[in-house]
Formats: sequence, C-alpha cells, structure tokens
Amino acid sequence: MAKTYAEINEKIRKGQAVVVTAEEMIDVVADAGIRKAAKQVDVVTTGTFAPMCSSGAFLNFGHTDPRMKVQHAWLNGVPAYGGLAAVDLYIGATVVAEDDPLNTEHPGEFRYGGGHVIQDLIAGNDVRLVAEGYGTDCYPRKRLDTWLNLKDLNQAFLCDPRNCYQNYNVAVNLHAERDIYTYLGVVKKDLGSANYCSAGQLSPLLNDPYYKTIGIGTRIFLGGAQGYVFWEGTQHDPTVARSENGVPKGGAGTLAVVGDMKAMEPKWIVGVSMLGYGASLAVGLGIPIPILNEEMARYTAVKDEDIVAAIVDYSRDYSHNEGRPLGHVSYKELKSGSITIKGKQVPTVSLSSYPRAREIAAILKEWIKAGDFELTEPVQLLPSADSGQTFKNLKERPASQEGR
Amino acid sequence: MVERRVVLHFPENLIDQPIVSRMVREFSLEFNILRANITPQQEGLMVLGLAGKRVDVDKALRWARQQGVSVQPLEKNVVRNESVCTHCGACVVVCPTAALWKDPETQDVIFDPDKCIACELCVPVCPPRAMEVAF
Repeated sequence: MAKTYAEINEKIRKGQAVVVTAEEMIDVVADAGIRKAAKQVDVVTTGTFAPMCSSGAFLNFGHTDPRMKVQHAWLNGVPAYGGLAAVDLYIGATVVAEDDPLNTEHPGEFRYGGGHVIQDLIAGNDVRLVAEGYGTDCYPRKRLDTWLNLKDLNQAFLCDPRNCYQNYNVAVNLHAERDIYTYLGVVKKDLGSANYCSAGQLSPLLNDPYYKTIGIGTRIFLGGAQGYVFWEGTQHDPTVARSENGVPKGGAGTLAVVGDMKAMEPKWIVGVSMLGYGASLAVGLGIPIPILNEEMARYTAVKDEDIVAAIVDYSRDYSHNEGRPLGHVSYKELKSGSITIKGKQVPTVSLSSYPRAREIAAILKEWIKAGDFELTEPVQLLPSADSGQTFKNLKERPASQEGR
Repeated sequence: MVERRVVLHFPENLIDQPIVSRMVREFSLEFNILRANITPQQEGLMVLGLAGKRVDVDKALRWARQQGVSVQPLEKNVVRNESVCTHCGACVVVCPTAALWKDPETQDVIFDPDKCIACELCVPVCPPRAMEVAF
C-alpha cells in the first residue's frame, strides 16, 4: 500500500507519475476519498510567494590583480559582508544603502536594499562593486571599483536562513492613533485592516505539518530554479499549539534553503520596499510532497477553512511581547476580503501573493510530469512537534547601562 | 457624450456655495465625486468626474471659472506596471476609492483606472513598486 521515494521517482522517469497541486488535491480527496487518493496520486505540489526577510546571497567574484582581501564592500551602494576569506561576499536582503534616509522622514521608503541587489544580479544587470581592504603581504590591493555581472561570478547562490514560514500572524492595529508601518504592510488604525501573509492551503509546510517528508536535502523550487532545503530555518518552532488536523495555529516551522542564482529568474526573486519598515526580498518557493501513504494524502488535502492564524495587535502587544492573540481566523475568511473582530468588519490585506503561489505549484507539477524534477528523500528530518524544541526570546543579562 | 475628470479648487468664500449642484443642474451633466475635502487653509478641493454633451461640459466649466473656482484637468495618471505587480494585495488597504481591489475568487489584485483619482497613496506602499505616476 505505502509507496517509496524510489517507486515514485521510477514513475516520474517513465512519465507515469500522477502529480496534482495542493489545490487540486482538495478536490481529488473530496471526490475519491483519502484511501483512493493516496493510491492514485504520487506527488502533490505546493507553492508560496511572499517577502521573506531572512534571505541573502553568497557571491564569489574571483581574485583581482594584484590580489585583494576584501574587508568592506558595497554593491550598488548597499553594504555587503566581507568578513569571509578574500573575495567572498554575503549580501543580506534587508540591508539598505548607507545614504538611505531610513525613517528620518517617517514613513521611510527604503527604495533600494540587498533584496534589490539580488534581483538585479538575477536579472542580468551589471552591479557596481566598491571594496576596501587593508593590504597584506599576500593581498596587497586596497581599493576596488568595478562592474560585476552574475554570469562572470564563480559562484552565486541564494542562501536564506529562514524562509517558508509555516503559518503567520494576522496583524491589526488596536492602540495607535495613526496607521502603523510594519513588515506586514500598512496596518490601519482603529482596527482598519487585518494584514496576513501565507498562501494557506497551497503553502508547503501547511501541507506537511509535521515535516514528515520535508527535511534536509529536500529538492525544491526556489526562485524559478531547483534548490534545496539545507537545515531547519532559524526560529524553527515546531512545538506551537496545533489544530486537531495537526496544522500549527501560528508561526511554527521554517526552512533554510539554498539555490543557484544563475538558474533563477527575476520574476520569482523580487526586491521589495516595505514603507516605513525596510527593504526585503520576495521569494518564490515550492515543495513537492510525495504521497507515501494515506497520512500524507490527508495532510495535503488541507483546506483554507481548516487552517487558522492568530490575530495579533502590532501597535503594542507584538512589539512589547505582551497580551494574547485576539482570536483565530481561517484563511478562507481572510481570503474573503474581510473578517469580523470585536464586532467590527475589518478589511483584510495580503502580503503573500496567492496567484504567484498557484503559478509555482503549477510549474513544479509540470517539471515533475516532464521528468525534469525527481523527489529526494531527506537525509535527516527536521525537529517536529515531539522534539521539545521551542523558540525562545532573549533573556537579557545587561552588560552595561547603555544597552537598556 | 464626453467624460472628463477635473480637479476643482474652491477658495474659502465659495465653500458654502452650491456650485457643483448648479453646474450639473443648469448644464444637464452627470457627476461623480471622486474625492472631496477641505484643507486646513479652508480651501475646498474636489476631484470630479463629469459626463454630458461636450458643449455642456465646456460651458459648465467656464461658468465655474467665472464664479472663482479654479479648474484643472486631472492630468496625472497612476498606472500599474503589469510585469512588476506580484498580486500580493498590500495596496488594497490604502486605496481610498477601491480602484485597487482583490478578486475573492482568483485572489488577483484588480486595478480599475476609471476609479483612480491619482492620489498616489499606493505608489510607496507597493512592495515591488509596480504603481507608477504618469504625466
């Protein structure tokens, strides 16, 4: 009855695998039932497209003549981290240009940051590298100012420490006398909006709530190319409260992912500016889930109405780690355009693009059906609900008065 | 029939006059108030859509000018760069006229330029900066 990864891959190679998207799986299970669906379907594809702030890229641009050990570097004016050997850089998604006015005139626009540099590189645009070094016997050069292009880099890989959040908060503004500007967009005053960010029923980790098939080594769709999960994501928090169907009721699992930027497309890796908040990177990510057994068929048939998210006040509670969620609301309600909180009808705002998530799931399905993408069995599974692992806030041990 | 969108500035002494009402009645026009507010300096600002016979629209605007109202055509347009929009929905909440809205079925963000009053609030709110001002 149960299938193996090898059997599914054999079917993929023969062009016989039955692949459906997570949206389609809902109907398959509704029509055929769990048992038949588990037999019929081999793979369910998922997708998500949203700002994922904990993202970045490693770049190696090759040795200069004479050689140089880069200490400080800027890409299109945006600082990159050079504390790695000689000509390796890491550019983070949320870093902004050094002359960015930030929030001095609130709300700041944050028009260009690390995410935009990454998108520019993937789009094939030249990016200006300015670098400084202090000079050593073997690396004497101290200054560099040159154009770079992705095609000329030795390696360029997106390496995101935390992507693909399994569920997320719904932000509201209860207390502020003005609109507030957050990473979930503009949250209107007087409960004027409810801002959310998840693909819901299409989202990868909501279709594998206990990480039974998604783990270290899982091959994924990342930015239009094939990438991999390489670790649990930072802040991975598998022991949060879950609904009866196993789906976490708030932010829970996360993934660290990696992929070759040279194979990516700028449509799926998009630099974004969050008004009053900062720069970031919208990442397109999709994961195939093998239907090894009836349990996986059940998980992948999860519907928006069966996935709930916590409503959290971002005008005080979130910032000060206070209070409790105002309640929970399903993605079906969120996607309807408005929800009711405290008797008030509140318009909903999405930061996650469901149309793009749907496109990703469809592309991944086509790749697998065409035999271009085989599934990988994780070399190690991620800590799950039984791990006892939690995400802790910092317990401060003040080292000076200045840090207060 | 023509349709025209205009920005009307009312000086303080005209704020309590039924100018728009007389314009549409005397010149047989249809009107749609796209935006209206009174500034802290007590000036009135109204973005108005007018529809009627071309000659009547022209006459009505000429008459309004004679009353002391400044009339400017709505020249700026906000356009959406379709290749940049990711259909997330961040813009929907700030649009005062619901020119940007999310189709609950497809979850696509729809932009209806006819309802847009070029207030530009969506421009900096759009994460990938798909909304652009065109002159």
